[in-house]
Amino acid sequence: MSTPLSQSGQFEALVEWLGKAIRPPERFTLGYNGEASEFIRFNKGKVRQAGQVQQASLSLKLIHDGRHADVSLTLAGESNVDKLRLADALQQLRDTLPLLPADPYLLLNPQPWHSHAVQSQPLPDTARVLEEIRRASKGVDLVGFYASGPISYGYASSEGAFGWHQANSFNFDWSLFHSNGQAVKASYAGADWDSERFAQRMQLAREQLSFLDRPLHALEPGEYRAYLAPAALEEVMSMLCWGGFSAQALASKSSSLQKLYAGDTQLSPLVSFDEQVSQSLSPAFSGEGYPRQDLSLVRHGKAEQQLVSSRSAAEYGLEVNGAPEHEAPSALAMAAGTLAQADILKQLGTGLYISNLWYLNYSDQPAARLTGMTRFATFWVENGEIKAPVNTMRFDDSVYSLLGSQLEALTAERELLLSASTYGQRQTASNLLPGALVKKLTLTL
Amino acid sequence: MFDFYPQLKQRFDALRTRAEFFSLRYVRESGQYLSVRKNVAEPPSFSHDQGAMLTVRLRGIEAYAATNDLSQAGLQAALDRAETQAQLIAGHALLNLSQEPVSHERADFFSPDLDQTFPSLSECFALLGAESAAVPKDERLVSWVVSLGLNHVEQIYLNSAGAELRRAQRFVYPGMSVTAYDGNDSQSRSLGRENFGQQGGADVISRCGLIGAAPQVADQALQLLLAPNAPVGKRDLLLMPDQMILQIHESIGHPLELDRILGDERNYAGTSFVKASDFGSLQYGSKLLNVTFDPTIPEELASYRFDDDGTPAYKEFLIREGLLLRPLGGALSQFRSGLEGVANSRASGWNRPPIDRMANLNIEPGDQSLEQMIGGIESGILMATNRSWSIDDARNKFQFGCEWGQLIENGELTGVVKNPNYRGISDQFWRNLSAVGDDSTYKVLGTPNCGKGEPNQVIRVGHASPACVFSQIDVFGGDA
Repeated sequence: MSTPLSQSGQFEALVEWLGKAIRPPERFTLGYNGEASEFIRFNKGKVRQAGQVQQASLSLKLIHDGRHADVSLTLAGESNVDKLRLADALQQLRDTLPLLPADPYLLLNPQPWHSHAVQSQPLPDTARVLEEIRRASKGVDLVGFYASGPISYGYASSEGAFGWHQANSFNFDWSLFHSNGQAVKASYAGADWDSERFAQRMQLAREQLSFLDRPLHALEPGEYRAYLAPAALEEVMSMLCWGGFSAQALASKSSSLQKLYAGDTQLSPLVSFDEQVSQSLSPAFSGEGYPRQDLSLVRHGKAEQQLVSSRSAAEYGLEVNGAPEHEAPSALAMAAGTLAQADILKQLGTGLYISNLWYLNYSDQPAARLTGMTRFATFWVENGEIKAPVNTMRFDDSVYSLLGSQLEALTAERELLLSASTYGQRQTASNLLPGALVKKLTLTL
Repeated sequence: MFDFYPQLKQRFDALRTRAEFFSLRYVRESGQYLSVRKNVAEPPSFSHDQGAMLTVRLRGIEAYAATNDLSQAGLQAALDRAETQAQLIAGHALLNLSQEPVSHERADFFSPDLDQTFPSLSECFALLGAESAAVPKDERLVSWVVSLGLNHVEQIYLNSAGAELRRAQRFVYPGMSVTAYDGNDSQSRSLGRENFGQQGGADVISRCGLIGAAPQVADQALQLLLAPNAPVGKRDLLLMPDQMILQIHESIGHPLELDRILGDERNYAGTSFVKASDFGSLQYGSKLLNVTFDPTIPEELASYRFDDDGTPAYKEFLIREGLLLRPLGGALSQFRSGLEGVANSRASGWNRPPIDRMANLNIEPGDQSLEQMIGGIESGILMATNRSWSIDDARNKFQFGCEWGQLIENGELTGVVKNPNYRGISDQFWRNLSAVGDDSTYKVLGTPNCGKGEPNQVIRVGHASPACVFSQIDVFGGDA
């Protein structure tokens, strides 16, 4: 497997080659994505499927005479082959630009910024991880997925900007299933595998599993008090992040937070959202070549900043703020509240304790009305005590209700949830979220 | 075509391993995405991707290594890594596959009209620009985009048992979307996009109906803006093919995936309300329901001769006259379960291993025209074009939303309604199937965006369906 250093060196060599191949006034931006990952899936506590993926790619943008086009290409890891592929890509863009009209929304960052971050914490030994998972899951039905390895991002431009971000990490995301079909979800992710902490996480999941032994409490559709644990709230936030804070979605009236940003409505004063890039696992630069910024998206229930990419900035007369091209947060932090962890059940009183939600989508997007399912450990609580697991239920409610008029409290403790997503490649996104106690959650099915 | 085959074959033949069986799956994919948004051409985006996955079976234990390094040394290194991985997991493995049969097949497969030249970049931009310009001037039309995606994929599968399977395909994804806004509510109407894609050439753009569609798509967005919300209550529900494909996908396709039933996906995509013992006995839907796995419709997105494990693909009935017959399970899942399945072991690319996926999953046409179906409804609603989907992890309790709704009263289509949603439970819903459209209502559609698996994979799947009627379904509208 390529070492992180060799990936960095590989990228620098290609940047140097491209710098010489470019014919001013042509300009370029060049992005790099690489990973060397180990993937192991588990079913019934055993390894169901295992393998490794080594991949690296470039994203080249060529700009000339107000015209631009993009091409992504997979690298081979062999210097001569990769230069040839980059040369072919450059030629494809050179052939394309004369066919295009000038782009009125082209905006490039002229600053020659530099950024370098390398975290090379040794990765856990896989044999040890496998053994610890085997020991910890003895006697329970574990299903899960372990991913580990280095992830690298690079960026360079003809204006002299250069960024490199590389980090080693692992993410073990798993579920424990009871024989009655009920399950609890857990995860352990980071850079430094600590056997004791992993054992504690597993023990906590086992303890939750024991509650699922009780007979199911059948719920009817209706309105219920509910506590949404951070992982459940993350599902709600992931929907809002899907265009909600995007400058283009707001301008084209397809944002679910249209009414919030128009000032027609507010969330609860308890609610504040930040895009907290600093100290997150995400690179300090966007794929478009702008240093990322910490942004205040919502403050005490009122909309503040949007996520603005370079294209939106040019089209709508806004300031670029380092947002990625798709204008979605990648390091969302929600302000903590005051509800102590130990008081959650007591303050909930009678209602639902929801550990996870699943498969959310919009019932009415302009109204920010969402539907979705409970999944994994969801409990019926009476007078501050867990009584029984509940059957899988569907909710349908507006964010302006859940995080607005019906939000009673947020927890004082927040949980850092690292993305386990591996679509295309392993991701570095994260969410720092409290739990939310709501006075009314509408269940429909 | 298959330019890399001679070199690849030579390098494959030179590979050395202690494994009793190994395979190589090489994939090269190139793409082009063009769009015009509000009459401005957005920068075109091209892609070139290639790599290979090496899989070994060592003393019955399988493992894989995917690499972007296609040199002899790179392929050998990947094979070695796969071998090491197989050794590492040997004491922990769920499956011993020593007795699983392997493919010996040799064949080529090509998309229809693959030799026909596709319109040039300039011609494509001219087409998209003309359609964008055809959106009427109305200050309530605040956003619109016309787009065209194009992908060429070549795959070569080789294994140590002598299999040689080559596949060259071209996929085309036309689409447009228009958003109308009145200062309070916004409504969008679309054509194609996530609901349409086919194999073929320029004819796919015609079959999508993109050319000349802009005025009608825009007009329907404006009609929705003026329309009342869909009513609340039980009604007969007429689903058009561009919503039927979502209904099939979520509440037949995913629950019938055999790896879900075997528990592999419980941590991510979910499980299934269907049990292995249900095949051959569960009445999944009414007698009118006939569901096929059909890789033989040339233009459909997932037509092929062999799946990614080298299993030959044939048309099979999964559900006949409502009775559940067989799952969506490839060779490995069939070996594990003892059930007969189909050739649906598929990977999203060279860097992901094959798993049980939908491919072409279709509903066979019935005998009613659209007019007959509408005429047979006293109090109902027509819904078209999916825009929202949500279903539980066992694929049972669902809620789906559409862009377009029209009431049906006393056998006639009446007013347009916005935010049409409906909800139900899969294992009851299909038993309410009360009419199935004939060939005149049948459309070959599909989506490029089906997500599943750990590591995650997005794959293209085909769905063909007639319009269908379901009796007494819970429908409702939105808030605005």
